[in-house]
Amino acid sequence: MRVFIFPGKPAQRRFVAVLAVLASAAAWGDEWASLRKDGIHDPRGPAVRVLQEPEVALSKLTPDTAGNMVRWVQSLEKGEINPRANLRPDTKIRLYESDVLLNLKGGMPIVRFPHRQHTLWLDCTNCHDHLFKAEAGATKFSMLKILEGEQCGVCHGAVSFPLTECFRCHSVARPGDGKPRPSLPIAIPAGAVPPK
Amino acid sequence: MSGPLKFWCLVLLVPGLLAIAPQATAEYGDVVLNRRAEKEGVRPVIFPHWFHRIRFRCKVCHAELGFKMRVGSNDFKMSDIVEGRFCGACHNGEIAWPPDQCDLCHSGKRGLPTGIVGGHETGGPGRW
Repeated sequence: MRVFIFPGKPAQRRFVAVLAVLASAAAWGDEWASLRKDGIHDPRGPAVRVLQEPEVALSKLTPDTAGNMVRWVQSLEKGEINPRANLRPDTKIRLYESDVLLNLKGGMPIVRFPHRQHTLWLDCTNCHDHLFKAEAGATKFSMLKILEGEQCGVCHGAVSFPLTECFRCHSVARPGDGKPRPSLPIAIPAGAVPPK
Repeated sequence: MSGPLKFWCLVLLVPGLLAIAPQATAEYGDVVLNRRAEKEGVRPVIFPHWFHRIRFRCKVCHAELGFKMRVGSNDFKMSDIVEGRFCGACHNGEIAWPPDQCDLCHSGKRGLPTGIVGGHETGGPGRW
C-alpha cells in the first residue's frame, strides 16, 4: 500500500481518506472478472453457467501482482498444480538446467535466463532455433522487438508474466552497481493511480 | 471547504474514481478465435490459457499438437478437431468434453475479432 501525505486541514484529510476508501472498494474483487462480465463471453449463452470461473481456480494458487495474478512457476514447483507434460507416451520430456546471461553490455541490469523454469513448461523446439539460436551470443536481442511480440515477447506480455515486470528478467546487478534495485521498475507519476 | 461545495465534489469525484478504477476484463491470455465461427453461424471460440495450463504444460499443445504461438496462425477446421487433431486431441469425450458440445467452446460475444485479450498490466504485444 502506497502511503502519501496530503497537506491540509483534518476535514480535508478525512475527505481524501473517504475517497481513497471508495476507490479501493471499487477496485476490490476485480482481480478475476467473472465470465459473465469479462467482456468476451456471451452472458446469454449456456457456457457461462457451466465453465469454471477464473477466481475459483486461480485464487487458490500462489498470488502474483500481474498477469493472471498467479506465480505459475512457483505454483508448479509447490505442487499446487500438476499439469501433464505429454499426451503421447513416446514423447520425450526434455528438461535443461543451464542459465544464460544476456544484455551484458546494456544499461539495465543483466538478464539471467533460466532454462530450468522455461523447460518445465516448454519444449526446446518452442524457442530453438526459429526464435533464438542455440549458440550463446548468436541472437541479437531487442527490447523493441520484445515489446512488439517477437522473441521473449511471443509469450511474455501475452500468457507469461507481462513486460511491466522488468526486474524479473533484468535481475543481475552489474559489477560495481551496488545499489539494490527497487521492487517496482517504473516510476509512478504524481497523481497517477497506484498499482494494485 | 463549505458544505455544498464538498457535496458537489463528492458527487463529481466518486463516479470519476469509479471510472478510472480497473475495469473487469477478460483473463490474461484469453484467446478469441473467430476466423470462421461466425461466418458458419456459431459464436466465436474463447480459449482460456489459464484453465488449460493448470492441466497441461505449454509443450503439450505447442509441441506435441503443433499449435503455433501466434493467434490466427493455426488454420484448422471443425473437421480437424472431430478427426482428433488440434483441440480434438483432448476434446474427444475421453480427456475433455467432445466436439458435439458446441456451446462450451463457441461461447464468445458475436462480433469479436480474432486475437489475444485480457491482462491486468498489458493488453499483450501491439501486433496481437
